Amino acid sequence: MQHDNLVEIEDVAFGYGTRPVLKGVNLTAKRGQVIAIMGSSGCGKTTLLRLIGGQIKPGQGTVRVAGESVGELDPAGLYRLRRKMGMLFQFGALFTDMSVFDNVAFQLREHTDLPEDAIRDLVLMKLHAVGLRGAAQLMPAELSGGMARRVALARAIALEPTLVMYDEPFAGLDPISLGVTGNLIRRLTDTLGLTSLVVTHDVQESLKIVDYVYFVSEGVIVAKGSAEDIRASDLPYVHQFVHGEADGPVPFHYPAPSYADDLRLGG
Amino acid sequence: MLKRSIENLGNRTIQGVWRIGFAARFFLAMLLHSGTAFRRFGLTIREMYFTGVLSLIIILVSGLFVGMVLGLQGYETLQTYGSEEALGILVALSLVRELGPVVAALLFASRAGSAITAEIGLMKATEQLSAMEMMAVDPIARVVAPRFWAGVISMPLLAALFSAMGIFGGYLVGVQLIGVDEGSFWSQMQSAVDFEQDILNGVIKSVVFGVAITTIALFEGYDAPPTAEGVSGATTRTVVTSSLAVLALDFVLTAFMFRGIN
Repeated sequence: MQHDNLVEIEDVAFGYGTRPVLKGVNLTAKRGQVIAIMGSSGCGKTTLLRLIGGQIKPGQGTVRVAGESVGELDPAGLYRLRRKMGMLFQFGALFTDMSVFDNVAFQLREHTDLPEDAIRDLVLMKLHAVGLRGAAQLMPAELSGGMARRVALARAIALEPTLVMYDEPFAGLDPISLGVTGNLIRRLTDTLGLTSLVVTHDVQESLKIVDYVYFVSEGVIVAKGSAEDIRASDLPYVHQFVHGEADGPVPFHYPAPSYADDLRLGG
Repeated sequence: MLKRSIENLGNRTIQGVWRIGFAARFFLAMLLHSGTAFRRFGLTIREMYFTGVLSLIIILVSGLFVGMVLGLQGYETLQTYGSEEALGILVALSLVRELGPVVAALLFASRAGSAITAEIGLMKATEQLSAMEMMAVDPIARVVAPRFWAGVISMPLLAALFSAMGIFGGYLVGVQLIGVDEGSFWSQMQSAVDFEQDILNGVIKSVVFGVAITTIALFEGYDAPPTAEGVSGATTRTVVTSSLAVLALDFVLTAFMFRGIN
């Protein structure tokens, strides 16, 4: 039986050393949806993706993908599960010693016995889907940031995964590339029947394409809802974030002793 | 103050022991995942090009000069005893037993070892290794093991070429320049150099050095903090640690191999 939810995170806590990053997070991702995980830098969004991908194990709680508890899988089981996942890293993480074509062909060559002719067709189809068929023979160093992100996306969907995770897909892109990437995420999710998890702090771009949003702050989910719910939210943190206000529940100043004391104005 | 320095010492010791343990586990994992390096030998051959073939120029040129210097210095010393004909023996034994494996290994550590560390370190810093893991491809099997075996295979070949060039350099200076008798240069060398005692032991040394250098280089790259300083520090450590390891291992191996040989 297929679960309705592809990803289920229950009461997950995780810390690096003694520093807690996530403190009891609950999150579900329905099949076929684009889910955004938002929050300020360093709030634990990327850690959530690493937990789902099994690169780290939760200190508490369970992370389930397609019904399988990721933290309890052995390495072979984890690699089997990862074949159903695609991940887009923040700056693409393309293999710099391979051409664009070889990057996209990488998984097909590693995991299938397809003849080179079939691999060629598949790679060109994936590159066509992201609009970069003509760049197949370029090296990653010859690509712009936006193009590299799109090649990485083509590589992430090469094996037709059921879940694709995006780590800050909009970071550092110009407005045109921003729109192109956002549209691609939505279109590929719909046409390939994927489930997409987008970790981002780009509110305006992501609210255009997502079905559901989770807001993370200080290791817990502070708000969730559809794009409309989030836009209309009057929670101070969400309001500050969506409207990009400099001060609010997230203070402008890093905690520090009194300004007057630091400047020795106390007399 | 004292408490703090004791704490620091303890911290460093724990870190050191932890790193040694990690390195041992890394070495084992590398051996266990070596299947890919041999099943898909093309991957290893590609790395042999980068570590071995691209090191050829520095190895050959250095070998030639070391041999030429040996020829000059050897002749100076031998002629005081009236035994210049033994120049061939001196050049060949010095190279095959010691200088070939050791100097080639030191050059290999600085030319190929540093490149391996920088490459793996940068692959880690730019999340290429994480991306590979997320694509269900083990980076130890796909990236690390082929580089390890490429280094282990290349090292004795480079050492052999170093020695060959060195002997040629010694011949150029000794026979062609100074005028030592060519017949005795080669024939004395041929009769004095023993295949098992000298050549085979030299090969064993260079294989051991190859294992040490590539393991250190790969581990330092894999363990490098993913920052610019992290990768540069790891590259420096590779050259320093593997050079020291080569010299220390050479002493131990020589002590075992050439005990009681005149």
